[in-house]
Amino acid sequence: MELAEHKKRNRRKMTKDHWTAVAFLIPSVILILIFVYGFIAWTGYVSVSNWSTLVPDFSFAGLQNYISLFQDYRFQSDLRNTIFFTIFFIGLVIVMGLGLGILIDQKLKGESLFRNIFLFPMALSFIVTGVVWQWLLNPSTGFNQFLKFFGITPKWYTDTNILAGFEWGQIEFGVPVAIIAVVIAAAWQMTGFSLAMYLAGLRGVPDELREAARMDGASEFQIYRKVVIPMLMPITVSVIIIMAHMSLKIFDLIYAMTGSGANFVTDVPAVYMYETTFKGNNYANGAAIAIIMLLVVAVFIVPYLWNSRKGDH
Amino acid sequence: MASFSLGKTMKYILLIFFALLFLMPVYVIIVTSLKPLDEVSLEHMWALPSSIDFSSYVQAVKELAPNFMNSVYLVIPATLLSALLGAMNGYVLSKWKFKGSETLFTFILFGMFIPYQSILIPMIQFIRSIGLYDTIPGLVLVHVVYGLPITTLMFRNFYANIPDQMIEAAKIDGASFLGVFRHIMVPLSITGFVVVAIWQFTNIWNEFLFAVTVTTNETQPVMVALQNLSGSQIVQWNVQMAGAVIAALPTLLIYILLGKYFVRGLLAGSVKG
Repeated sequence: MELAEHKKRNRRKMTKDHWTAVAFLIPSVILILIFVYGFIAWTGYVSVSNWSTLVPDFSFAGLQNYISLFQDYRFQSDLRNTIFFTIFFIGLVIVMGLGLGILIDQKLKGESLFRNIFLFPMALSFIVTGVVWQWLLNPSTGFNQFLKFFGITPKWYTDTNILAGFEWGQIEFGVPVAIIAVVIAAAWQMTGFSLAMYLAGLRGVPDELREAARMDGASEFQIYRKVVIPMLMPITVSVIIIMAHMSLKIFDLIYAMTGSGANFVTDVPAVYMYETTFKGNNYANGAAIAIIMLLVVAVFIVPYLWNSRKGDH
Repeated sequence: MASFSLGKTMKYILLIFFALLFLMPVYVIIVTSLKPLDEVSLEHMWALPSSIDFSSYVQAVKELAPNFMNSVYLVIPATLLSALLGAMNGYVLSKWKFKGSETLFTFILFGMFIPYQSILIPMIQFIRSIGLYDTIPGLVLVHVVYGLPITTLMFRNFYANIPDQMIEAAKIDGASFLGVFRHIMVPLSITGFVVVAIWQFTNIWNEFLFAVTVTTNETQPVMVALQNLSGSQIVQWNVQMAGAVIAALPTLLIYILLGKYFVRGLLAGSVKG
């Protein structure tokens, strides 16, 4: 408001400064324009070309690369794995983050110590996590050293079984058991994110609200179920969207921990994209995978960005 | 009263159980990395070493030291440049709003969510064509550009909390666009710089996809070297674990010393400010 009045009073100077401001923004905008939007367009162009060797070939292939991907055993496996990885990963991260958040928020002694323990994996690289969990969940070592006393020795990421599977296209559609091992490692690393978000949210729930519910005779459990958790809904939505976009493009963890796995049970589009492009020189195929990944992520992100921008006003 | 303390005990038991679960990998890494070669076997991975042996660290340092230094040369300029550009953009987008600036901001922000696979092929071609392929400066450029959305977002949200009246007053006193930035925004946003720098440092240090595609062999950052180490059959587990500790050390230290700022960065990354 005041700024606008000032603008009217002192138009020439304001205009000059405003132009300076815009000028400072221009380099970044140009970089984003080229490196994000221009390069996406270029990838789209490659994805409809015949470039499948080291030598670029931009002759038009139509949608052939996309069509053959969706008929491809490996890509169909990737889609299945991504679906189940995303569902289990988000579920686990939300339940653990919320559960631990509520426990830490009980005004117990040592809460900052616990918080730090649950958050520290966030500071690690997915590569470190992958290297370590590859060993922890190796079927002949790791946790199985304990579990064998109970007579259970899961095969973890080496398991090629598909639970509740049925024929679907080229593949058996169902829950790939091996993906659960990767979900555990990913959740170990990312639970800290949802925990931090929920803790910030829990701090924002006014004490009076809980007090009022308590006066009405609600038990602690009911207070959380009926009052607190519904209030945390916007946070849950944010966590779901951020975790979903992460898991849809996950690469490093799987690349370091398991790779594609036998029969592609732990393969994901990002690993396929990397291998077909940079090991197989099949650029058109890699570009098509990348564009599909982008479209799927955009389905989550565009409405989210749209809403949070609108919420600013 | 009795039931209250029982509930409290339960809560502690649960928290301690999960804390141990979260720390288990740390125990295994450290114990394994301190074992001499002849004690590293699959059957004894949970056992404590009979004596502390640093030979695996010596070997891991030998393997990773050049790549570790590559990461240092990468992360410092990339962090500083992306923080500086982000601060400028955030300043303009919060205090010098113009028609369409909100749309422009969303347009920049989208860049932080894209799967980088969707820009990877042209990006490598571009980096090659300007002669920066397989160089650390090439990787710096990539990280600065793709860091712009998040650093702009963080600074914009940070500057939104600085009252407009302060800027107004400075302007009446004759301060220019840059004067306001230098004398008001920067001094007031030291915390913002710390948060953004820690966030960028951690992300760039830990990043893998750009590192593995833009660089080869000698120029590779430490995470790629660690992945290569674990992929090779000849390197023993104790060396791999020591390597993991070494590669993780810088970001872990930052987390231990400045964890509060790290968490602020993490929360700032979730768009709403």
